[in-house]
Amino acid sequence: MATLTDILQRQAVWLGGGIPAQAIEPAVPTGYPGLDAELPGGGWPVGGLAEAFCHTEGIGELQIVLPALAALTAAGHRTAWLAPPYLPYAPALRAAGVRLEQLTVIRAPGRRDALWAAEQALRARSFHALLLWLPQASYAELRRLAVAAQAGPGFVLAFRPPEAACESSPAVLRLALEAGEGKRGTGEPGCPHAPFLAVQILKRRGFPLAAPLPVPIARPACETPTRERPAHALGRAPFSAAPAPGAVARACAA
Amino acid sequence: MEVEGSLRYFGGRWKFLAQLRAGLPRLGFEARIAEAPTARAALWMARGDGCRLEALPVAVARLPPEALELPANLGIRTVGGLLRLPRESIAQRFGQGLLEELDQAAGRTPEARGFFIPPARFDARLALPAPVTQADRVLFVARRLLDQMEGFLAARQAGVRGFSLDLLHEDIPATRVTVGLAACGRVAEHFMRLLRERLAAITLKAPVEAIRLEAAEPEFLPGKSGGLLHDARAGGEEWLQLVERLQSRLGIDAVHGLDTHPDHRPERAWVAVSPGKEIFSKAGRQEGPRPLWLLDPPRRLAEGEFSLLAGPERIESGWWDGADAQRDYFIARTGAASLAWIYRQRGAEPGRNWFLHGFFA
Repeated sequence: MATLTDILQRQAVWLGGGIPAQAIEPAVPTGYPGLDAELPGGGWPVGGLAEAFCHTEGIGELQIVLPALAALTAAGHRTAWLAPPYLPYAPALRAAGVRLEQLTVIRAPGRRDALWAAEQALRARSFHALLLWLPQASYAELRRLAVAAQAGPGFVLAFRPPEAACESSPAVLRLALEAGEGKRGTGEPGCPHAPFLAVQILKRRGFPLAAPLPVPIARPACETPTRERPAHALGRAPFSAAPAPGAVARACAA
Repeated sequence: MEVEGSLRYFGGRWKFLAQLRAGLPRLGFEARIAEAPTARAALWMARGDGCRLEALPVAVARLPPEALELPANLGIRTVGGLLRLPRESIAQRFGQGLLEELDQAAGRTPEARGFFIPPARFDARLALPAPVTQADRVLFVARRLLDQMEGFLAARQAGVRGFSLDLLHEDIPATRVTVGLAACGRVAEHFMRLLRERLAAITLKAPVEAIRLEAAEPEFLPGKSGGLLHDARAGGEEWLQLVERLQSRLGIDAVHGLDTHPDHRPERAWVAVSPGKEIFSKAGRQEGPRPLWLLDPPRRLAEGEFSLLAGPERIESGWWDGADAQRDYFIARTGAASLAWIYRQRGAEPGRNWFLHGFFA
């Protein structure tokens, strides 16, 4: 008589409450244990295309991938940033532990150039992590990238505008990133910029995750002690003109 | 060409011949192939199209016409007939030269042939069968020259760092397409890919009549030994080729690495370096928090657009080189939840002195 585990191993029955066994695939740990626990394989999918959707820059969206980049570059693997919207700033990257010589920036102003370059980079199988910024891409174009990524040694993370989250996509992992609100995870009462990122897993191998996952990230204003404000700076017009700046700054410094 | 010693390497005689028959026309040569125990006999057989040395006509020896008359009058029409004559009478009647050649063909005396010495640089020209108006059509013909170049470089254990292809027109000066490589290379397939990207970007002013391929100075490049196990270095070569391909389409500056630079001004605290370059600089003194995104140039901010969270960090530098910076940097909130790195330009007119310089992404 077949036992329950036999039946489950044959995958005759779909199990709703966990990540299915066939979804366990090689992955690069994200560096956030809470997030890893929810991702099939425990991290960024190797040989897979992942998408991250984010409204605006500056909410800490890159923090989600930085620990993985630091670990990969420290292990001597190459990583690339393709078509970034701004300059990736070397001093900050170095401070985050990224080994700069393993990082390549590829600028591709046009959409077609960016897609072409991404495909070339993936086919050459040279990068263990490829971050790319794709404001627009059709399903077929993403599909090409996903196929090209399959044989590669690393993961591909495409940062895309939030509107693109509604379109169907061949990506194996889709994350919506939002700035965390409220006081969760900070330990600093009253700081409105709680250093966590609310990660909603829209799609993964297995069942989707209903609730956003708080991922604690490093944020500058709350973790660094603010020095004494010079009186001449406080007295100037910009401070009084800005909406309640003093209160915010004091709360963070507390 | 002496091949017997290398036949096993090429996988036997048949495979070797097949390789020759396939390879020579691709290089644009017409070849008649003959095999014989000696070089002279092979040459004669190739000229004569015959299968046996003895059955070849006397004419294959390329004698002067008047010398040919004599054997014809004697009724000797084939090389075999000549070989059957007594040696002394050949020397007497036809001269010492023919006797030597016959001896060499029959393998009785060794023949010293001059070694083939390839020219120092590759430079070849090829006329197109018909004028071509689209640049990318040239690629097909260029393939022949690139194959030739690969053979040329392989024979010298050399590679090149670049080459240029001239598209020659009838009346106007030639269009020059220059291809540079990130590292020394010799593989025609790789050159083709680079050339394809360059040619795709070109519009021709006039039909192309011929092409001319000129290689840069060859550099020593040892051949690759096939590794028993997967070689880690092979990945490095693939990566270099990728960089070249990207640079040939997007531009040299579009692919770069990053390094820090000891300067207090944020926009000068980083430099673009050539991709994959080894970095020797050490992490400097951690100054203040630095954003992951830097805006270049900084964007002007109106005063209501942000609220300050932390700061200031005063940066004053560069009065000596004309790019003077006197700024107070703050961490500020812009929009709903974005953290930005902004600065106030000291000494600037109030209201127009706030700038957005980065995002804490």
